[in-house]
Amino acid sequence: MYSVGDLRKGLRIEIEGVPYLVTEFSFLKPGKGQAVYTCRLKNLLTGSAMTKSYRSNESFGEPNVEEKKMRYSYKEGEDFVFVDESYEQITIRAEVLGDQKYFLSEDMPVEGLFFNGQAIEITLPFFVEKKIIQTDPGLRGNTATNVMKPAKIEGDYEIPVPLFVSQGDVIRIDTRTSEYVDRVR
Amino acid sequence: MTADGLSEKKPALVMRSRVVKAVRDFFVERGFIEIETPSRIPVPALELNIDAVPSGDYFLRTSPELHMKRLLAEGYERIFQIGPCFRHGEKGRLHNPEFTMLEWYRLNADYNAILVDAKMLISFLAEKIVGNSSIVYQGKKIELMPLWECIPVEDAFVLNAGWSPVKHYDADRFDVDLIEKVEPNLPSDRPVVLMDYPAEAAALARRKPGKPEVAERWELYIGGMELVNAFSELTDPVEQRRRFEECADERRKAGRSAYTLDEEFLASLEKGMPAAGGAALGIDRLVMLFADAAEIKQVRAFCS
Repeated sequence: MYSVGDLRKGLRIEIEGVPYLVTEFSFLKPGKGQAVYTCRLKNLLTGSAMTKSYRSNESFGEPNVEEKKMRYSYKEGEDFVFVDESYEQITIRAEVLGDQKYFLSEDMPVEGLFFNGQAIEITLPFFVEKKIIQTDPGLRGNTATNVMKPAKIEGDYEIPVPLFVSQGDVIRIDTRTSEYVDRVR
Repeated sequence: MTADGLSEKKPALVMRSRVVKAVRDFFVERGFIEIETPSRIPVPALELNIDAVPSGDYFLRTSPELHMKRLLAEGYERIFQIGPCFRHGEKGRLHNPEFTMLEWYRLNADYNAILVDAKMLISFLAEKIVGNSSIVYQGKKIELMPLWECIPVEDAFVLNAGWSPVKHYDADRFDVDLIEKVEPNLPSDRPVVLMDYPAEAAALARRKPGKPEVAERWELYIGGMELVNAFSELTDPVEQRRRFEECADERRKAGRSAYTLDEEFLASLEKGMPAAGGAALGIDRLVMLFADAAEIKQVRAFCS
């Protein structure tokens, strides 16, 4: 059990069977009054966020969550197979990965978050490099980065890139936002 | 204790030193005696929502209030103190478990006289520290001159939270609405004083003569920060004992330690204490205003 005094940014708590991550936290206490602990909470199952205020007598469950370092191995049908540090194979459903599934590559190190044994979140390295397999011809010399055009990377995932990026180029992508960062070569 | 950013803190700590000196000068020039009372005490003041940190068989003081009032009872007319206070579990943007408090008291005075002191003090600091009647805090200009807005607590609640805590007091709702509905809507371009708290939220303040449903207590806000709490001090030993006992009961019910009553303090009231007014001001928050600091840890050299 956690008490309100344990609340801090980054803590994971359980409320009515649902695991939440505290993403913001503030302690407020009016003169002579009781303390009010206000949290911004991210639902770790759905990703949705909410703000909640708690008094000093409240308590929270400790969610049974586990973090595991894994490496991506291969795709099996609609599922993705990873190997953990003890060489156990772990199969993750595509919906847990969302768009991140397009950024995986063989042997990529990832962190898996499990709640009661079920994978709820896979965190990739923040930046990955991907080759452009198809885009309209690049406008050489146009180095503006604010005008974008669609481009496809391996796996047929479409991502907006600046006009100067050409087919065959390798670009860096931020896996947290699924956005183009820069051209590598 | 973290030493992170100690060199970056230097301008704020220089400001802190100037503010503390100016506060001292203000009170000494007006004939106040600077007092030091013990930091380690056998019984902390009984407050429903303030927990003391134990220190051996003793406690660290949560405020110097009861000792200061014992001096008043002995006829000390004008006294002040600047020193460390400790409150268990209070840590946030405006709170640190150890913080620095200024308290000042006047004998034969009430909370109105203390409000005049507060206005003079803030004006004095503005002139000494910034040489100007206004400061800029977190991007907002605040006019500090004594034309302060005084709002009865009841009006502030009716206007911003839609109910009167004076007619029907609800402690839980009072605290939460104060934080979520009232404080965020107070004017932020000048100091604001909330006056006359519901008698149930009186703490150690006396009831208002002719209007016993409220207590003579005010709180000063500057830049959205609660800076000063002031009372016409409760000097009636019978009512004081009853309030302590009720508070101990409520603490017991809430599962918090119920400290024993400070009998030495009660005995000094029983000898007959003249009317008095007093206030407590958070020095760290005062420095935050003048150093334009968003968080308390920016104005204390070391924070826990």
